[in-house]
Amino acid sequence: MVAKKTHAPNAVGIFENGVIRNSPASQLIYTMADPPNILGATQCLEMISVMSLLQSGRVHLGFLGAAEVDRFGNLNSTQVQGPRGIIRLPGSGGACDIASLAHRFVVLLEHKKERLPERVSFLTSPGNGDGPGWRKRVGLPRGGPSAAITTKAVLRFREDGEAYLHSVHPGIDVDDVVMNTGWKLKVVDEVQTTAAPSRAELQAIREYDKEGFWTS
Amino acid sequence: MSKLFSMAEAIAQFVPDGTSVAMSLQLEQMIPFAAAHEIIRQKKRNLTLIGPISDVLFDQLIGAGCVDRVIAAWIGNAMMGSAYNFRRAVEGGSVKVFNMTNFTLALALQAGALGVPFLPTRSAQGSDTAKGNHFFYQIFSPFEPKESLWAVRALNPDVTIAHVQRADSDGNAHCWGSFGVMLEAVRSAKRVIVVTEEVVAPEVISSDPNRTVIPGFLVSAVVECPYGAHPSPVQGYYNRDDAFFPEYHDKTKTPAQSDAWLEEWVLGVRDRGEYVQKIDAARLASLAIKNHAYAAPADFGF
Repeated sequence: MVAKKTHAPNAVGIFENGVIRNSPASQLIYTMADPPNILGATQCLEMISVMSLLQSGRVHLGFLGAAEVDRFGNLNSTQVQGPRGIIRLPGSGGACDIASLAHRFVVLLEHKKERLPERVSFLTSPGNGDGPGWRKRVGLPRGGPSAAITTKAVLRFREDGEAYLHSVHPGIDVDDVVMNTGWKLKVVDEVQTTAAPSRAELQAIREYDKEGFWTS
Repeated sequence: MSKLFSMAEAIAQFVPDGTSVAMSLQLEQMIPFAAAHEIIRQKKRNLTLIGPISDVLFDQLIGAGCVDRVIAAWIGNAMMGSAYNFRRAVEGGSVKVFNMTNFTLALALQAGALGVPFLPTRSAQGSDTAKGNHFFYQIFSPFEPKESLWAVRALNPDVTIAHVQRADSDGNAHCWGSFGVMLEAVRSAKRVIVVTEEVVAPEVISSDPNRTVIPGFLVSAVVECPYGAHPSPVQGYYNRDDAFFPEYHDKTKTPAQSDAWLEEWVLGVRDRGEYVQKIDAARLASLAIKNHAYAAPADFGF
């Protein structure tokens, strides 16, 4: 929605329920199947048709969330180990398919040590597995993590498949990020500060999500 | 013989104990809550639930003790995250989950619909979702040497329950909006129950055959059930009751709370009509369609 209003006016939104949109829904949606996301859509297909676009390599970017993200950008949204046994989470939904098949994906999560472990306890959605060459070896056709955007920083991924600290958000120390990451996070020599959102970006977000349900 | 059934008759006849039931197929739209509530009232047991993602419908059936197994990609509360009955049942071992992804569940149903034992995919390779899961088996392409794929096992539900906007009394059904995996689940099922907001004349359906998602000859029962998908939305009929989902989340944190919720909204009402009466009138009115948006007519003439 923000991208459409700023740098990517020709972006097309593709949703797993089958919806393809050239313009964002006219009002805030809580789920992809909310009526405003149907009205004015370009096409409403079934899920398998949208997934076929993913599998045949026609979807460039996927956006995902996860309970855990690890050093190689693998995601867990199925189950985590709690103090008194397994804690069951909702599961993959379409996340595994998007992480498997999109040209690249971006994951968003809160920056906490327990959510950024060295290795996910359950690999729901494949990132770079255990390092370079892993995706090809297991049979994935393309893709992988491009960035993990947390509440403190932006981690990106290099040829070796591993996450590194690319930028810290304004007012956040590098040490704070490193201390709150579950592995010895690689840090580039000159860590940048994440660019603050532009006035146009902020305006687009605030006009859409007026009460901050998704963005506060 | 007429296929028009009351919800109670349709569930009694076509959802015996131990059935595999595909429902909640259109993601967060048109979820057949009325059918699920009738299953709960009739105290069905040992069901297998099949669906891609379930908003809180699967959680309610699990909380009521109807379910042994779930074959799904995501089970929770789409707005709030986790659903408590599901969590408790899985963590306590009373419900077994076959973890799927949205795409692989769609493929399993599509394989069932096509009458083939499996369909191949490149998705989910390297994922723990497929490990030790009998829906996945590694194969190599017979045409491209060394190309690894998952074969996804076909799935044929005993019964599929689909919610639509309108159908005729034979079950020929129109639907528009979010389809998800409904088409595959209808074609792969042994029996189909169509729950419709309204029953219309056959001419209405045949006037727009491209909008027909279910041909009546596949259908065992047609149930007319206005507001049958509340609190989920039905495009053009009523909006999503967004406030319901955080309320349900807060009111089902413990088994006792969940039992009380089921008693109030499911076991304590006779049918969907009584449930709708129980919803605050102003709240129900707030879900009405404010701005109708009709599609341009299509000329089928020749």
